[in-house]
Amino acid sequence: MTPDEEWDEGSPERLYVLTGGRSGSEDVGLDLVTLIVTRTPPQIGMQPEHQQILRVCESPLSVVEISAHLRLPVSIVTVLLADLLAEDRVEARAPAPSLPDIDIIKAVIHGLQNL
Amino acid sequence: MASRTSETVTGPRSEDALPSSTASAVKIVIVGGFGVGKTTLVRSVSEIRPLTTEETMTQASVSVDDLEGVERKRMTTVAMDFGRISIDDEMVLYVFGTPGQQRFWFLWNGLFEGSLGAVVLVDTRRLEASFDVLGRLEEAHTPFVVAVNAFDEAPTYSEAELRQALDLPDAVPLLHCDARSRESSKEVLLALMRYLYALATRTETAQTS
Repeated sequence: MTPDEEWDEGSPERLYVLTGGRSGSEDVGLDLVTLIVTRTPPQIGMQPEHQQILRVCESPLSVVEISAHLRLPVSIVTVLLADLLAEDRVEARAPAPSLPDIDIIKAVIHGLQNL
Repeated sequence: MASRTSETVTGPRSEDALPSSTASAVKIVIVGGFGVGKTTLVRSVSEIRPLTTEETMTQASVSVDDLEGVERKRMTTVAMDFGRISIDDEMVLYVFGTPGQQRFWFLWNGLFEGSLGAVVLVDTRRLEASFDVLGRLEEAHTPFVVAVNAFDEAPTYSEAELRQALDLPDAVPLLHCDARSRESSKEVLLALMRYLYALATRTETAQTS
């Protein structure tokens, strides 16, 4: 039995190990819908979760989608992304400003009408 | 469960890949009680198969019997479903469904922040389930519309009765929908966007006059 099989996938112990003990409370300014795009391909020797992120983000993918595909909580994905951002391996595209912006509202209305 | 290797993570299907020109995202939140149809509505409008993210939260709960005041930690797992709609080559819209009950409000922090607005999905059989949510959205100044999801066996009320029961101001749009229908669900999102447009133009007029 490998150590992975001994604990629940979502157990705090496992998540603690994945992030090297960091809690995810560090503010790296990532929103649920910040788009992440891979800059450099995954390399041998990298942590598997980092490799997975680089693989799924070949096209822009939001933080919350990464969380769903990797089956990891957003708080953990945020910590992993902070590493990749620090090493410049991914690019983060911030969400549109939340201020009521007429142009954004118009674009969304137009987009929905075409749905 | 076997340990997961990087091979088990498949990522989005190639046809679901966003164009590399996608520069920013916006979000709308669908909020309501259990079984009200949030996930159904998300599925109706989403261009991708809806996804689920789970948050495991440690919530501190203090027992009243505990004289030493030692906090007991309790693990709670809450799932949030979401879907996606491409607006154009540069923008993408995410639609989240989230439970409205007060004990799940810890999920709302990162969710409502920066969201365009919210849809409160209502079941007329359980109107009281929406009271907390409506109050909370008003406090947070999050613009919202109320959509009454059609259930065959649910009682029908007049708009006036519903507004009174929900203590809903006339300015807040109230509409009926069938969350199973794409067209109807789309109309709900459009109702929110038209309301936001009205609010935004009103703000601009107020600022320029």
